[in-house]
Amino acid sequence: MTEVILFAILVLVGIAVWQITKIFELSQLRQAKDDSQVANDKDNHRNGQLMFAFLVFIYVLTIYSFWAWGDVLLPESASEHGQDIDRLMWISFALIFFVQTITQALLHYFSWKYRGQKGQKALFYADNDKLEFIWTIIPVITLAVLIMYGLFTWTSIMNIEENDEALVVELYAQQFNWKARYAGADGVLGDANVRFLQDYDGLNLVGIDSSDPNGLDDVVVQELHLPKGREVIFKMRSQDVLHSAYMPHFRAQMNCVPGMITEFAFTPTMTTEEMRQTPEMAAKVAKINKIRYENSQALIASGEEGLDAYQFDYLLLCNKICGASHYNMQMKIVVEEEKDFNKWLAQQTTFAQTIQQ
Amino acid sequence: MGADHAHHKETFITKYIFSQDHKMIAKQYLITGLIMGIIGIAMSLLFRLQLAWPEKSFGVFEVFLGKWAPDGVMDPNVYLALVTIHGTLMVFFVLTAGLSGTFSNLLIPLQIGARDMASGLLNMISYWLFFLSSVIMIASLFVEAGPAAAGWTIYPPLSALPQAQPGSGLGMTLWLVSMAIFIASSLLGSLNYIVTVINLRTKGMSMTRLPLTIWAFFVTAIIGVVSFPVLLSAALLLIMDRSFGTSFFLSDIFIQGEVLHYQGGSPVLYEHLFWFLGHPEVYIVLLPALGITSEVLATNARKPIFGYRAMVASILAIAFLSTIVWGHHMFISGMNPFLGSVFTFTTLLIAIPSAVKAFNYITTLWKGNLQMNPGMLFSIGLVSTFISGGLTGIILGDSTLDINVHDTYFVVAHFHLVMGISALYGLFAGVYHWFPKMFGRMMNKNLGYIHFWVTAICAYGVFFPMHFIGMAGLPRRYYSNTAFPYFDDLANINVIITIFALIAGAAQLVFLYNFIHSIFYGKKSVKNPWKSNTLEWTAPVEHIHGNWPGAIPHVHRWAYDYSKPGHDEDFIPQNVPLAEGEEELQH
Repeated sequence: MTEVILFAILVLVGIAVWQITKIFELSQLRQAKDDSQVANDKDNHRNGQLMFAFLVFIYVLTIYSFWAWGDVLLPESASEHGQDIDRLMWISFALIFFVQTITQALLHYFSWKYRGQKGQKALFYADNDKLEFIWTIIPVITLAVLIMYGLFTWTSIMNIEENDEALVVELYAQQFNWKARYAGADGVLGDANVRFLQDYDGLNLVGIDSSDPNGLDDVVVQELHLPKGREVIFKMRSQDVLHSAYMPHFRAQMNCVPGMITEFAFTPTMTTEEMRQTPEMAAKVAKINKIRYENSQALIASGEEGLDAYQFDYLLLCNKICGASHYNMQMKIVVEEEKDFNKWLAQQTTFAQTIQQ
Repeated sequence: MGADHAHHKETFITKYIFSQDHKMIAKQYLITGLIMGIIGIAMSLLFRLQLAWPEKSFGVFEVFLGKWAPDGVMDPNVYLALVTIHGTLMVFFVLTAGLSGTFSNLLIPLQIGARDMASGLLNMISYWLFFLSSVIMIASLFVEAGPAAAGWTIYPPLSALPQAQPGSGLGMTLWLVSMAIFIASSLLGSLNYIVTVINLRTKGMSMTRLPLTIWAFFVTAIIGVVSFPVLLSAALLLIMDRSFGTSFFLSDIFIQGEVLHYQGGSPVLYEHLFWFLGHPEVYIVLLPALGITSEVLATNARKPIFGYRAMVASILAIAFLSTIVWGHHMFISGMNPFLGSVFTFTTLLIAIPSAVKAFNYITTLWKGNLQMNPGMLFSIGLVSTFISGGLTGIILGDSTLDINVHDTYFVVAHFHLVMGISALYGLFAGVYHWFPKMFGRMMNKNLGYIHFWVTAICAYGVFFPMHFIGMAGLPRRYYSNTAFPYFDDLANINVIITIFALIAGAAQLVFLYNFIHSIFYGKKSVKNPWKSNTLEWTAPVEHIHGNWPGAIPHVHRWAYDYSKPGHDEDFIPQNVPLAEGEEELQH
């Protein structure tokens, strides 16, 4: 049935287009206008005005988007370095909006202002070295500043130094879930390799080498807990294809590459609870729950199960295409005070306990 | 009638099929490219439906996807396949072969004053290799387990291991074979363009008198020759990993309950090889579009292109820089962060020649006498999307900022505006402008206006909101975002984007109708309908082998003597000798 309707629509669209051309042709015949298909004064005038209208459209679209969707943007960063990234981001955005507003205005204003007219002659103006020098040198200076600022920030984020204070966590990716491994009391992650995955009837979830004593007190979990205010150094691994550990609220991302260990580090600054309490997050969650409630009503009306209310949690998403369930490869992140974190970690099963079972 | 055809079969084949005439080959490229474009755009509409109304049943899915859409609900594997093939078709088959292949072939001999390409035979082989690779790519859509689905960048191990996803089986093999042939085609074409531009320019056509179109095609061909072979090596190594058990890109893999034997390879190596082409590819797509814009803008503004030397210099600068920025696709791939710093530096430098180009285009319009032909509208549209899309490159090119927007919809919005839409506008501008040269007839301008305005509004309607989805943290290549309640407030934005996309798709039907209808019933064109200066308009409307009856015109001036003071007409073709006492501009 749908195919028939689809086909009918296509045919109708075709006929409509055909008729529109006919009308255009007829209207031109009646006015005895030229049908050279080259733009005449009327076309220039009409399209020039549309160019100006299009400028208004771009501005309105921009303003409307920020007004309507400003609240979907990520909330303030929950990590230390994230604040530096956000600052640079807003500086860059301010610059982009400034340039965008001016250049689009000039482009479309000129397109309207200098629309062609019979008898009018354009200005023969082929070169101006001074002008071109100016608009080469201005981007050079602006970009030099941006590059310097960016590189200082980048170096400070990516320069990861091992230290005793930091918490070392392994993020382990596989199709299609995440696991995390904590180093345990000795603070050292045991050696691991995919060759050990089949040991102990599949209980060795991330392939820890059981002959390495450092690995025996390691803790493997399915939910990532992080202490607030302490640097976390992530060591990332993947067992099958490329994945990417993306933690948008912490402004953190790094690929997980089979055959190598990649690194990223950040210091969380807000517990999950604190983030939930911020006014903007509360408003966002309220909005989401309103949407979910409406969807839920529709589902229940059609005899299906409703949706649960949503509560904010930090997210770890996969951000590198990895197969069919790429879109649902996630792990919950809980940021808590250090003492709560320590209590939670102490309750987890160590690798030694797991393999003795 | 049949006997009649048999009688003329020989001529039909040499004229329309295995033609060595560059004008016919250009048309073959264009029509093949348009067919691939229709498929590529139709695919994007299918997955846009899924994104706006996730996991809903659509009859249209059952029609086009069959067993891959049980009960009309799209399967996640098919979603990935559609995204992958959409990207591949649009980037390579439409915007590389369809754009550069068409206009380099049509315009290089005609604008430099040559009878044909340096080698007609290689040119013909180049097209037929492209055709063959197109056929293989389309054939891959019909294999049992579906086409390649690892994204158009086909990163291993996902693309290397058939166990990783259904699309990494026969579909991926065909993808690789198709691309290998495509690269051979592209290399043959590019070498031909380079040799032709260097050797076959007519008397008086010095490099500094070349129209900017030719400069753009020439430099594009050079980038292609430099970078495409690297993709070929990546593809060959990947084929070996897939079929012969080598470990170039693979190491330490456990999949489907089995430890694989691969040791010592690295997917990061593949990423380097891929992007060594992948990034220059952006400019292989974009430079011809910018070249076309330069020509169409100047002709229709009835003004010289502003800053010819700066335009040539910026093409060269962009070409050079484009080969040393590939690492900005890999800031978070696990490569050394110091490399990231270097690539940030080189990447942001590209903004300088790009800014010069944009400013020069705007100045070309200033105090012009703008003739708003459809080609002109698309050229102005190109400048607009080139600016809007290019500016966000400042964010993505900065490694620090890339950390958080990498692989989100922000990237999708950025590159679709700056290279997708811009290059498509360049293609449309070229088609509207040179249609009379290709088919001897005019396209309908009013349909052209409808096509442009609907497309222009929808292009921003689709891609502007997409920046917000990206800034909200939503990754690209997600079959749906329903697995994350956190993204529930993005649902209505996705619906709006899809509606704009569907309208944009419908607007392309207007173009197709206009294109096909005008080939047969368009108004007959005069010799120089746009009153343009370049040499192709001195050739007769009817195509003849060798382009000009009699002698090839000689060139006496640059291509941009529009509205020159002291002349009655507002254009002076390149083959008109300098009048007594007239000075040529020094450039």
